[in-house]
Amino acid sequence: MKYLHLVWAALMRRKSRTVLTILSVLAAFLLYGLLDAVRVAFNSGGTIAGVDRVVVSSKYSIIQSLPESLVARVAATPGVRKVTWANWFGGYYQQPRNQLINFAIGADYFDVYPDYGVTPAMADALARTRTGVLVGKTLADRFGWKVGDKLPVMGSIFPDKATGETTWIFDIVGIYEAPDAASRALEQQVLLNWKYFDEANAYGSGQVGWLVVQVSDPQRSAAVAAAIDALSANSDHETKTQTEQEFNLSFARQMGDIGLIVTAIIGAVFFTLMLLTGNTMAQAVRERIPELATLKTLGFTDRSVLALVFLESLLLILIGGVLGMALAAALLPVVSAASGGMLLLPPISAASWAIGIALMIAIGAIVGVLPALRAMRLRIVDALAGR
Amino acid sequence: MSGLVEIRDVSKRYVRGRQTVEVLHHISLDIQQGDFLALMGPSGSGKTTLLNLIGGLDAPTSGSITVGGQRIDTLGGNALAKWRAAHVGFIFQFYNLLPMLTAQKNVEVPLLLTKLSAAQRRQNAKIALQLVDLADRGTHKPSELSGGQQQRVAIARAIISDPTLLVCDEPTGDLDRQSAEEVLMLLQLLNREHGKTIIMVTHDPRAASHATHTLHLEKGTLAEASVAA
Ligand SMILES: Nc1ncnc2c1ncn2[C@@H]1O[C@H](COP(=O)(O)OP(=O)(O)OP(=O)(O)O)[C@@H](O)[C@H]1O
Ligand SMILES: [Mg+2]
Repeated sequence: MKYLHLVWAALMRRKSRTVLTILSVLAAFLLYGLLDAVRVAFNSGGTIAGVDRVVVSSKYSIIQSLPESLVARVAATPGVRKVTWANWFGGYYQQPRNQLINFAIGADYFDVYPDYGVTPAMADALARTRTGVLVGKTLADRFGWKVGDKLPVMGSIFPDKATGETTWIFDIVGIYEAPDAASRALEQQVLLNWKYFDEANAYGSGQVGWLVVQVSDPQRSAAVAAAIDALSANSDHETKTQTEQEFNLSFARQMGDIGLIVTAIIGAVFFTLMLLTGNTMAQAVRERIPELATLKTLGFTDRSVLALVFLESLLLILIGGVLGMALAAALLPVVSAASGGMLLLPPISAASWAIGIALMIAIGAIVGVLPALRAMRLRIVDALAGR
Repeated sequence: MSGLVEIRDVSKRYVRGRQTVEVLHHISLDIQQGDFLALMGPSGSGKTTLLNLIGGLDAPTSGSITVGGQRIDTLGGNALAKWRAAHVGFIFQFYNLLPMLTAQKNVEVPLLLTKLSAAQRRQNAKIALQLVDLADRGTHKPSELSGGQQQRVAIARAIISDPTLLVCDEPTGDLDRQSAEEVLMLLQLLNREHGKTIIMVTHDPRAASHATHTLHLEKGTLAEASVAA
């Protein structure tokens, strides 16, 4: 370690170049830290044991619906306290970029989901108004909606049976506020009557998108889930019962394989990083040929000069990399909070740190190997003579 | 009588593509312990080449070189590096200090290869800087020193590990007369008071006059030996 100041001196020789290089390494590993958390979030649906709410959906695709008759059968399953259901209703408000999260919801929805903060009076108003909708406060504030307003929604999937139009006109009968910050994301939704939706949409009725089940004993939720799936085994509508988190993620996964996307982005970033830092290191060694020759003259062996340059490369990447991942670790809770519970990013795990550091060492090694070899092979007499 | 440095029938050839150039032809030379040898000769006569062979920076094509009883022409790269660290101090025309390190740290560099502690390294470097009369410049970077001062730092670095030989390639070649004189006086002091054996390549007869012996190299052959005052 007594050689460390030589390595440091080498890095400080061109301060601004070193700082810029460290910044680009930092940026790359910041991205790695954040995207890796996204990947982890998308790959871990959580375990079913211990949760009191599970979601029943088609085993094959979340866009395939289930018969409404399943609701009663699930409700009769031992260990089930309450069942409700919902249907996805895609649509936007005024412009396609204002995509709405619309659900047609079944009876008792708010008994199962107290998180919405929907009052009994609001639930009642919805039940009484066929074309009624409840909207979240965040969403209502964004578009300036008030109770009593008409809300035109351009449906992207279901046309209205009566009009053949895809524009549905709803009446806003309530604006709900999620009681705690963690559920704030729920305020982005528009909730409509499943009954109305079921009768009015042109694609047939008696279908539900998914069931939400509240279990009596969270410790037994895995067994209850198995019993529910057994109801439709070998039918044309086999189900898969999973945690809400897992269910939500399967929505997001429809966009594509997040793990693959993340890996591809990170791979491209690191490849660019290697070209950049490789060039920096090559330049750094080229400039220092006389100094490296001097060290050899003074008795540094070829191998120790190789080690010095190698260490320099490692240090460059490690400093930037660790700073980048530390910054990512600091930002993850901020990102999660800013998303209002939509995106719950886990903190960087020990495993991710280990992989990150291994990546830094690997990149440092790959980038350092050629310059280090060049330094090692340097012939003193030629270098001193400027040949 | 055998010398501290014994050069026997040394030739050095360089191969450039298809061409082979013999730069040194069958040179034999003894340098005694305590000598201050000036090596003169026209440009391209092979002075640097010979000096590099004596300093163990390069190996002869044929012949043998023995320093203090040890054959150095047969040593491998690592052994030769270790030998240089222990036995040779180098002084170059352009000082070859490390630009990012202070004078003090530059002087300490050869000691990094020894087992000395950080405190001992610092202490020894201070003493060496005192010897070259730069005790107050330890914290300066090379760019903050004059050419003459830089060369004196280089001398401090060359003597720090108490080498057997000091090898100097045109140490005053880049200096004004005043600074050159200071450097030469310093070398002379090291030779006379500290018994250092010095081999110095120079173009300058005035520089050579500080030496105890002068040798002339002409086209790779030792032309004439003379004993100076
Ligand atoms: N590595 C090499 N490859 C080819 N030729 C070389 C090499 N090293 C030295 N030479 C040649 O050997 C000859 C002697 O070179 P050297 O550097 O020893 O001369 P010198 O006496 O020190 O000259 P100067 O006074 O200009 O420094 C020159 O012609 C030089 O071109
Ligand atoms: Mg020369």
